[in-house]
Amino acid sequence: MSSWIDMTFVLVVVINLVLLASSRLGAAIRAVALQGALLSLLALLLASPAHDLGHVLLVAGGALAIKAVFIPWLMFRAIREAAIRREVEPLIGYVPSLLLGGAGVALAFAFSRGLPLPTPEMHTFLVPTALSTVWTGLLLVVSRKKAVTQVLGFLVLENGVFVFGLLLTDVMPVMVEAGVLLDLLAAVFVMGIVMFHINREFSSLDTDVLASLKD
Amino acid sequence: MVPFLLLLLLGLAAAAFSWPDNRSRPWLLLVGAAAHSAGMAELWLHPEPPLFGGYLFLDAPGKVVLATVSALFLATAVYSQGYLRHRHDKDNRVFVSGLLGLLAAMTVVGLAQHLGVLWVAIELTTLSTAPLIYFNRNARSLEAAWKYLLVSSLGIALALLGTFFVALSGAGPDGPRSLLLSSLLQAGPGLSKPWVRAAFVFLLVGYGTKMGLAPLHSWKPDAYGEAPGILGALLAGAVTNVAFLALVRVFQVTRAAGEGGFACDALVGLGLLSMALAAVFMAGQRDFKRMLAYSSVEHMGILAVGLGLGGGAVAGAFYHVVNNGLAKGVLFLAAGNIHRGYGSKRVEDVRGAARRLPVSGPLFLAGFLAVTGTPPFSPFWSEFVILNGALGSGRWAVGGLFLLFLAVVFVGMGATVLKVVQGDDRGAPERTGFRDSWLTAGPPLALLLAVLALGLWLPSPLASLFRSAAALVGGGS
Repeated sequence: MSSWIDMTFVLVVVINLVLLASSRLGAAIRAVALQGALLSLLALLLASPAHDLGHVLLVAGGALAIKAVFIPWLMFRAIREAAIRREVEPLIGYVPSLLLGGAGVALAFAFSRGLPLPTPEMHTFLVPTALSTVWTGLLLVVSRKKAVTQVLGFLVLENGVFVFGLLLTDVMPVMVEAGVLLDLLAAVFVMGIVMFHINREFSSLDTDVLASLKD
Repeated sequence: MVPFLLLLLLGLAAAAFSWPDNRSRPWLLLVGAAAHSAGMAELWLHPEPPLFGGYLFLDAPGKVVLATVSALFLATAVYSQGYLRHRHDKDNRVFVSGLLGLLAAMTVVGLAQHLGVLWVAIELTTLSTAPLIYFNRNARSLEAAWKYLLVSSLGIALALLGTFFVALSGAGPDGPRSLLLSSLLQAGPGLSKPWVRAAFVFLLVGYGTKMGLAPLHSWKPDAYGEAPGILGALLAGAVTNVAFLALVRVFQVTRAAGEGGFACDALVGLGLLSMALAAVFMAGQRDFKRMLAYSSVEHMGILAVGLGLGGGAVAGAFYHVVNNGLAKGVLFLAAGNIHRGYGSKRVEDVRGAARRLPVSGPLFLAGFLAVTGTPPFSPFWSEFVILNGALGSGRWAVGGLFLLFLAVVFVGMGATVLKVVQGDDRGAPERTGFRDSWLTAGPPLALLLAVLALGLWLPSPLASLFRSAAALVGGGS
């Protein structure tokens, strides 16, 4: 059981690194969808008998439906309508991004050692995985130029926050967790609409063309 | 009362979305604003017990912020009657319903006594304003909306992580295991200190992005520059103040956990950095709406310094919330009028605004004097109280830098404002059809009179409200 959990955490981190190195948008969206599915699996694996079963199923099912199915579908529609395939010339190249991502994982492990968990029964990989996923998301948002990749970065960041939230399934009221999923949905939805407008206005989804406002 | 008000606002937002007529739709804004003001007055006079098991309650800091929001929203609702009539060619369906949704979200932030509810409401303020920045439907406003949405969403995601850290800090076997403000404050030193410290860092970055503290302000000049004046006024005078309230809540918890000293240093540092950066970018600014964005960065810095200094300065910070909110209303609405009157917001095109727009031009100048802390306007007094707090507690360096940045901002902003207002409008772009009218010049004038009145005479219930708000975050005179 425990080795399965280890494996899932490692896969989440591996997907982070894959995302940092991938230039094909379709593959990147599939990787984010797979990460969403893994998170839903984690929600099930980490549940202890003490947890309310309905609540655990709600979180896992919600993550699967939204993170692994609905949002990837929305993103695929976006790249099909905008007819784009690849990220071109990221601001930070693929190899440096990978190195930064790897450094992030190391730092996340070091950082989480300094933060003792008040609930010691939790898995030791959880906090480092969450923090390195958040770091990967931030890195993707600032270092990529396509609007689609920036949204993917935001999704990865939210995935990291979600992993951390799993620590709190018994402390947090349902309302806040529902809020997490709903807000993510709403944010991506609004971003999607804006992306369509960007595409129509400039016939491109490069945020490079969005550079007329500066001091 | 509170649930009724929130339902009414959401109902009005839905009604605005399905309202068929573009010309009569802005009336719904007026209905929402009047209902909100009436509701706030009622809550003020007859306080209600905590609602929904203590999740919503109006305490002193909430009162300060929500009263400002209410007054500013009322003024902008009146203004929008004239403004949206002038711009009847643009579809205002999303704009009107988004503003009503924003008002509901800000009300929840003001009342929230639970860090999770607070976070959800702050997120809703972002989602309801992002589409409104795209009101003008052109490439520049689209760019501004995209940046605003992306940067704010990142901030809000980090704030959620910070909120989880707070939850975890109290998740031990004898911790409060709740995000209710009252139980967190009660648990105080029992919270896990390393986690509270990490939480404060993430929440400061998250809500600091929403406030627009430097260096997290990158969305501000674009959004304020491209959004209509109404939205600029509400973003700079209401949304940022609401985000400041969120930071106040976080600070309350951090202080109760015994990590106040570290939090104070971080606040004073970021506050002074914001003021310095605003002073640098304010000078030689060629777009007068973007200039106002840097003024907003500066004033968020002042609020952070006031909160971080502690002692008497905290009451000054709450006083400044009101003053900055009202003064920003004057500036953005007057700037919106000047923009419409010339069809340009570039400083090299616009001159002689005092002649072309005999009310809005002088109002822009008066608003500048007010916001930079010239007596007898009220921001002078609140900035004075904060400065006094710095010098009184022997922090000469902080006080000196505070004064220096205020002076540099005054000079830099003054040069731009005078270029716009003074002189002859020959050679400036053709007159557009826009003239000063009661509906467009009246609301900023009313706000300016309020700023002046508060500077001449501060009613004692208000003064004691600022003191009791400050007492909750460890400020006492």
